[in-house]
Amino acid sequence: MARDSQAALVALNRFGFGARGGASGDLINASSDPRGFVKAELARPNGVLLEAPGLQSTPQLGQAVFAYQDQVKQAREAAKAAAPAETPAQAPADQKPALRRNLSLNAAAEITGQMTDARPAENTARPEAMQPSASPPPAAKPAPQPLNVIQKTFRAEALARLQRATLVECGFTERLVVFWSNHFCISASKGELARIWAGAFEREAIRPHVLGRFADMLKAVEQHPAMLFFLDNQQSLGPDSRAGQNRKRGLNENLAREIMELHTLGVGGGYTQGDVTSLARIITGWTFAGRQGQLGVPGSFVFNVNAHQPGPQVLLGKTYDQAGLAQGEAALADLARHPSTANFIAAKFVRHFVADDPPPALVARLRDVFVKTDGDLKAMAITLVDSDEAWRAPLTKMRSPYDFLVASGRLLARVPEDPGAYLNNLNLLGQPLWSPPGPNGFPDTSAAWAAPEGIKLRLDIAAQIGARLGNNFDPLDLLEFAAADAASTETRRTIERAESRQQALALLLMSPEMQRR
Amino acid sequence: MMIDCVENRLLTSRRRLLLGGASFAAWAYLPKLARAADGRDPRLIVVILRGALDGLSTVAPIGDPDYAGLHGSIALAADGAHPAIKLDSFFALHPGMPEFARMYRDGHAAVLHAVATPYRDRSHFDGQDVLESGYAGPGRVQSGWLNRALEALPRGERVSSGLAVGPTTPLVLRGNAPTVGWAPVALPQADDDTAMRLVELYRHRDPALASALSQGLQLDKVASGDDMKATRGNAVAQMRQVARGAAKLMAADDGPRIAALAFDGWDTHANEGGPVGRLAFLLGGLDGALAEFESGLGNRWRDTVVVVATEFGRTARINGTDGTDHGTATVALLAGGAVKGGRVISDWPGLKLANLYEGRDLKPTTDLRSVIKGVLQDQFGLSDRVLAETVFPDSAAVKPVKGLVV
Repeated sequence: MARDSQAALVALNRFGFGARGGASGDLINASSDPRGFVKAELARPNGVLLEAPGLQSTPQLGQAVFAYQDQVKQAREAAKAAAPAETPAQAPADQKPALRRNLSLNAAAEITGQMTDARPAENTARPEAMQPSASPPPAAKPAPQPLNVIQKTFRAEALARLQRATLVECGFTERLVVFWSNHFCISASKGELARIWAGAFEREAIRPHVLGRFADMLKAVEQHPAMLFFLDNQQSLGPDSRAGQNRKRGLNENLAREIMELHTLGVGGGYTQGDVTSLARIITGWTFAGRQGQLGVPGSFVFNVNAHQPGPQVLLGKTYDQAGLAQGEAALADLARHPSTANFIAAKFVRHFVADDPPPALVARLRDVFVKTDGDLKAMAITLVDSDEAWRAPLTKMRSPYDFLVASGRLLARVPEDPGAYLNNLNLLGQPLWSPPGPNGFPDTSAAWAAPEGIKLRLDIAAQIGARLGNNFDPLDLLEFAAADAASTETRRTIERAESRQQALALLLMSPEMQRR
Repeated sequence: MMIDCVENRLLTSRRRLLLGGASFAAWAYLPKLARAADGRDPRLIVVILRGALDGLSTVAPIGDPDYAGLHGSIALAADGAHPAIKLDSFFALHPGMPEFARMYRDGHAAVLHAVATPYRDRSHFDGQDVLESGYAGPGRVQSGWLNRALEALPRGERVSSGLAVGPTTPLVLRGNAPTVGWAPVALPQADDDTAMRLVELYRHRDPALASALSQGLQLDKVASGDDMKATRGNAVAQMRQVARGAAKLMAADDGPRIAALAFDGWDTHANEGGPVGRLAFLLGGLDGALAEFESGLGNRWRDTVVVVATEFGRTARINGTDGTDHGTATVALLAGGAVKGGRVISDWPGLKLANLYEGRDLKPTTDLRSVIKGVLQDQFGLSDRVLAETVFPDSAAVKPVKGLVV
């Protein structure tokens, strides 16, 4: 019996988002057939897609940004026209640099700031949400600005993802989505387009392929406007292309490098600087249509032949002499099935789900499956679940902040109605949603998430949740839902002896059973 | 005895109770106060700029005839609306860094140019690994050079735990020597009793979390004085705020003597900007952080060295999108009252095509490790041997730069 609960913890915590509270019976169901419980979701590939009322496609969202930017511009011009020239004595030279400085401040804040979403969240009333209110100074605070279309969209996308994660049975497919989304990450802090596209990128480029083929996901990702924008490829021009000759701009190798270093071969995967430059040339012209729509529907992926470097290119020793878009697609197809890619993906996958030091035999098995099935990601996931290693390895990985917050929401059976509290807490804990610090995504080791300040902050958040919601639950019931007899004696005793239900809930959320996976 | 002095100086009641526990290795090393020998009480702050700083835009070789052509639309110039600040007849500082310029003029800041780690490929993540691990090549090393330097300090001379600023510990400060972490937040805190119960549970079930949580608890309140309310918003404010908090912790008599922090966002592939723009904005944030260190450390600034380093530089020639791609050599900056400054130290390789590394990057002529070795030796008296074997393994050929510290 104790053993079954232990296996249920592996099923729910290692592979999923943790047991749901209430009447779900997750732990009991997982105990009776742990592997079946995890794999049940894989049999429902359509369940990976995310559709919610109001979520729009990438071109629609791009057009919304263009329209919003036009509006802002018009409003600014109207204001300028309406305001009579201020004191003429004032030197106009003073104003111009000041305005410019503000603009560049905003631009850089978009690039580096992580708190953009936190502000509106603070100003929104959230009656029942799990929020430790992030204590802003009350005095001298300007009235809350209505959210613009970009902020609204980001929050709607975040909410849809959080609701799905809270409601799904085991959560294995959602964990796969998070894994792949982090592997192929973009950052919303790159700018307005990236922010409005962050959710759509995951829905359109990641989710359809999480149980499909790696090559298809790779192509969908590298042709997605959000990725092209994030890694600057929309600006990259072939030096000998028509546009490159006419304008004074040229190649940008950012995306090409990260495709090989982070998305496929891995660093040390056998490519050179020359290969980076070649691939950068090969994918010149991969862009999205702008607001004028000369190249296509504004905000959609297009191949711009005028920006494409003409002629054959040699990549990893192979010549690609296709014309146009086909050249890059052929290169990506080869990168997807390169042996370095299989190694890199298998090791990263096992490291994420099993242990910081992934068992080599298991990595080798997953690599072989990846090679044999031509990158069938569902087959790889099944092999992982069928392995003994994944069930034998102790639960030593730290839950990431996102996992921790979602698992807490599931246990408390709180389906979020507003994402604000989650977004704030993710910012605080160093994992702002869809905004990793670099194109390599958020870290995936226990060391990164078990840092002193991070744990201290989790405790503060858990205490806030406890204070708000502790009265609604019997903490020992919750422990039963979360771990049953797999809970340690010490954890049980700590919760039993807590001085209040509020404190008991905070301690339960912080217990090793809830923090480790 | 050690514990008594900790209690008196630093800790609230909760912390005093926590110190009864067994898992407080971190605080067993708490401070030796001043160094008896010369009365100095040295401090070291390492600032990692993640993303690869464009050294040629930070300290521009405006005297090099090839610079303006290569750096094109984003090149700095000694004239114009936003002139670069001349450091000597050859180099000029980005105009976004007036505080650093002032420190330089006062002899408390120095620039090392054409500097690189031994890493010669162009991956950020491997480059940061090499920069922070102190090993000659990338690998899955789990400790950083600053931590090993801390570990190498003689027992009696141990200057204290290292302070990791931010929600995660940067690799440079990870390792066996105890570290503590702190990040600025504005969040109601869990009460002492809850925290103690959780520490107790972790001590029985999860020692690693016990140690992490206790350390997190101890540092938090010291840093968060009344002026530490998180001002959210732009990156400049955040950089300043982080520096202010770290300085406050380090200024205490028994505060950490060594700290590491990282600022992100320097990967300027597109629209990098010249005297104004994206990089200018970021450099302004860094400049503000240096000013916060200076004011926050007060009298301790006199004995402080701040080292600013990045994983590698960027291409000498701008790319097709008014930015720069991954390169090789760049600058390292030193600031602090202990710096023998007012100098740009460089064996300048020149920017002629033939002199560029692989025909594209500023060629490295100074190994960053020799700079850091020089600082560690002068500040903490680490021997050549420890530096060459432990702190930067297999680096005997890389000699410390002498005379960086007053």
